[in-house]
Amino acid sequence: MVAHLLPLAVRGAEVNRQGHRLLGPIDLDITPQGILVIIGPNGSGKTTMLRMLHGLDPLESGSLTWAVDENQARLRQSFVFQSPIMLRRTVLSNLTYPLMLRGEGSRRAKVRATAFAGRFQLEQFLPMSAGSLSGGEQQKLALARALISKPDIIFLDEPCANLDGRATREIESLLQETNSSGTKIVLSTHDLGQARRLADQVVFLLNGCVHEIADSATFFAEPKSRAATQFLAGDIIT
Amino acid sequence: MNDLIGGFREAGFLLVSLDRDLLTITLRSLYVSLTAVVIASCIGIPIGAWLALTRLAGRRYVIAGVNGLMGLPPVVVGLLVYILFSRAGPLGVLGLLYTPTVMIIAQMIIATPLIISISHQGIREIWDDYRDLLLSLNATKWQRMGTLIRDGRYALLIASLAGFGRAIGEVGAIMIVGGNIDQATRVLTTAIALETSKGNFAFALGLGFILIILAVAVNMVIHGLVRTERTALW
Ligand SMILES: Nc1ncnc2c1ncn2[C@@H]1O[C@H](COP(=O)(O)OP(=O)(O)O)[C@@H](O)[C@H]1O
Ligand SMILES: [Mg+2]
Repeated sequence: MVAHLLPLAVRGAEVNRQGHRLLGPIDLDITPQGILVIIGPNGSGKTTMLRMLHGLDPLESGSLTWAVDENQARLRQSFVFQSPIMLRRTVLSNLTYPLMLRGEGSRRAKVRATAFAGRFQLEQFLPMSAGSLSGGEQQKLALARALISKPDIIFLDEPCANLDGRATREIESLLQETNSSGTKIVLSTHDLGQARRLADQVVFLLNGCVHEIADSATFFAEPKSRAATQFLAGDIIT
Repeated sequence: MNDLIGGFREAGFLLVSLDRDLLTITLRSLYVSLTAVVIASCIGIPIGAWLALTRLAGRRYVIAGVNGLMGLPPVVVGLLVYILFSRAGPLGVLGLLYTPTVMIIAQMIIATPLIISISHQGIREIWDDYRDLLLSLNATKWQRMGTLIRDGRYALLIASLAGFGRAIGEVGAIMIVGGNIDQATRVLTTAIALETSKGNFAFALGLGFILIILAVAVNMVIHGLVRTERTALW
């Protein structure tokens, strides 16, 4: 494989919608290793920030600079949406889809997808329609579909927000496995427990602005900003 | 009431006896309307999909226009096509007036806006659902089109069937451009109009029932084909 996609340098990045600033300006460096967790209350801009990093929401100003050129960068990242978007097809077709988009032949794609499904305990669902899976299974499928193209980085927007404890644990352990095999993970959550369990690094977001960037241990032990302290204490912050 | 009962009896009789004239008229109806709808679908579905996917400055107006054209009166379409293909008209040299071909052209014009509109709506709905995923996966414009047409095939089928319903039941246009010529351009709807004007109500009603059976049967056959596929795949 060629040079890694990361680090990513985010400089003065801003996102506007209908003339209003939703996010930024944000300065951040995303390193190749570890799990980066974006935390913040509802409406703080987590979704917007992930979409901006992935290139789904355009920048009003500022820049994103990947370690490789932009076309390469587009191809080597994946996104898992908060409520999984299932193609109205079988589980197998959902898995082969990203491969087919990249020109892989359908037979080879099927072989790869079937092998891949095993790692996610999805084999028994392969011939079923994706829409008939449970929420947790759909999220797992969305994760598998995002990883099948072997991205350098994967963004996940509150992947467990609608899942029960068991499904959440399953997703979390899959994420840890994925990360140890070399894929950078950037994930948003408003669940502090999940942030503690997964994060190597934490970005605390409030009202569209980054209030704190820190190692997970440091952040949870001694948050620097007052807002973060309140958020950790479970206070409602405005 | 007697006419209605007579109509039922006549329809039953026509069906059982497999009247030769009736058979040719029915087959001609099917041939004209199915051909028109296949062509209209080949034109209308890509346009509908394209409209759903494209950021076009005046898209709202284009769609409003297309929706307006859904109500295009068949008689007026017939008149316009007649003028185009009449001997003195710009396409008169083709000598197509009073042939099934020109009837197909007229019905195609009537069905196309309906097919564009319904397929646009169906594709749009899936696009709203799929949009973020397809953009995230870097699908090219053609790949997006292909995906939406494939996954929206059920909605597209409904669009075509609606177009077929409008075409097979239409009388105004084909009467004008086809002329209701016996053994040449007579179809079920024009035959009904003729028999009614002659006062043969029972026979006209009989033809009417056959027209309804035909329309329903085509719908059911095609739905049935797709259903089996849907339950298997989705
Ligand atoms: N399409 C939109 N138009 C206008 N405002 C929006 C839009 N989407 C989100 N917002 C606003 O942007 C802010 C951040 O939203 P979001 O990124 O979804 O936050 P989070 O994911 O942290 O809950 C919120 O105040 C929200 O109301
Ligand atoms: Mg969100």
